[in-house]
Amino acid sequence: MAGAGGGGNDVQWCFSQVKGAIDDDVAEADIISTVEFNHSGELLATGDKGGRVVIFQQEIENKSQQQCRSEYNVYSTFQSHEPEFDYLKSLEIEEKINKIRWLPQKNAAQFLLSTNDKTIKLWKISERDKRPEGYNLKEEDGRYRDAATITTLQVPVFRPMDLMVEASPRRVFANGHTYHINSISVNSDNETYLSADDLRINMWHLEITDRSFNIVDIKPANMEELTEVITAAEFHPHQCNTFVYSSSKGTIRLCDMRASALCDKHSKLFEEPEDPSNRSFFSEIISSISDVKFSHNGRYMMTRDYLSVKIWDLNMENRPVETYQVHEYLRSKLCSLYENDCIFDKFECCWNGNDSVVMTGSYNNFFRMLDRSQRRDVTLEASRESCKPRQVLKPRRVCAGGKRKKDEISVDSLDFNKKILHTAWHPQENIIAVATTNNLYIFQEKVN
Amino acid sequence: MEDIKPEETKVEEQKDEENKVCPEKLEEAKLKAKYPLLGNKPGGSDLLRKRLQKGPKYFDSGDYNMAKAKIKNKQLPAAQTEKTEITGDHIPTPQDLPQRKPSLVASKLAG
Repeated sequence: MAGAGGGGNDVQWCFSQVKGAIDDDVAEADIISTVEFNHSGELLATGDKGGRVVIFQQEIENKSQQQCRSEYNVYSTFQSHEPEFDYLKSLEIEEKINKIRWLPQKNAAQFLLSTNDKTIKLWKISERDKRPEGYNLKEEDGRYRDAATITTLQVPVFRPMDLMVEASPRRVFANGHTYHINSISVNSDNETYLSADDLRINMWHLEITDRSFNIVDIKPANMEELTEVITAAEFHPHQCNTFVYSSSKGTIRLCDMRASALCDKHSKLFEEPEDPSNRSFFSEIISSISDVKFSHNGRYMMTRDYLSVKIWDLNMENRPVETYQVHEYLRSKLCSLYENDCIFDKFECCWNGNDSVVMTGSYNNFFRMLDRSQRRDVTLEASRESCKPRQVLKPRRVCAGGKRKKDEISVDSLDFNKKILHTAWHPQENIIAVATTNNLYIFQEKVN
Repeated sequence: MEDIKPEETKVEEQKDEENKVCPEKLEEAKLKAKYPLLGNKPGGSDLLRKRLQKGPKYFDSGDYNMAKAKIKNKQLPAAQTEKTEITGDHIPTPQDLPQRKPSLVASKLAG
């Protein structure tokens, strides 16, 4: 099986698959809003603006080979959420899937949590490959037999059938949030999970839908005094009492649930001091953290703000240990990015399996691989033009100013409508899923 | 009035230097030139409150349903003709009636 999930720049990435329609006219419902591998990497789930979930399953070409190709094919698809109308506020509740999180597998079935702005649902995805035949009281098509015609008795038996994958909603966690849910995170205790909206974070038990605990509440008594909102939250991968939440002001708070029932007082506050002379109208907006992710080993966390990715050591609150510029050339375009609202785009970020490389998206369907161990970075592109099977992706370069070299693209030529907000990395292998507006690209490490 | 001019140019020069070092401030100046009424607190209450209430506000559920129907009509005119054929001629059975939400199409990722 392909490597330990390491290596950013020794790794050559090649095209594997692309899912979705080719046409340029994108229906709003098809806009991909979340991408997530399950814990083994065998399943890959996507959510879209139309409230639908599509799950792909990995099929490995030749299991006996050391390094082999795999393909992700459709496993299941279902309508997770539907649009609703909030009668009290006269507002629409979008069906867009904001986040999907998988539960660790406990039995033959797979479970995932999917959420829109207001309601979280627990879905069970199970396989059926045999069905009972030979009922006494029913015909094969389900109609009941006339009892008078039954003269013999038979024992129904299970016969193999074509694999059917069924998705059923097992729990609906509704009415827990006044504001819009931005994150969900399953606890390492496998019993609870958190859901965070702009002002509050709730903790739920996976079995209980009519109650949840409020663990963070930053709503001010007077809404005029509102200065920041919660942008993302996540449980620690191993410590079931610890979680973090990020804010629109660029801070991250780590909370310990053992300290008190309501974790309004943080245990740690991670904030990088700002140079006051550099402060501008845009400073606060671009410092807003759009995503926070713990490393797999639980020692670090990564945050994504508009222009950079920062790696924080959980033991050091006063500054990040590493900072990577994603697209620094945009700093001189902030005015137009504010006018077209792009400055509010929420990019996500992810770690590779052994925490040595991190990845995040950018504009023009570019995405960035930042190698922590080798201190190198590369920009790649998800494009239909590099879609030949096993075609190696060529690094892309953006020309910030001055003379444009051959093969470089100038900042003004970047397509700001082509944004890669959602990416995911297989937990063990060098396989990545990159979502453009309505297409899902799967890239793999080059295999000889 | 004439006394202020030399100082003004000094301040402008200083700003230029700062702007050379800080592209952000240059961008801020651009923005303020376009929108002179823009407040100084970008991350403040107004922006956040707009964020807390996203989406258009409807007058009531009737307004909402009408708006949704308009979008559906635009997307799938075919579904409407089905309906007119089925009802009115005979008593429909569950199999005859179109699905409650004909606009729920499968995701193209699964295609």
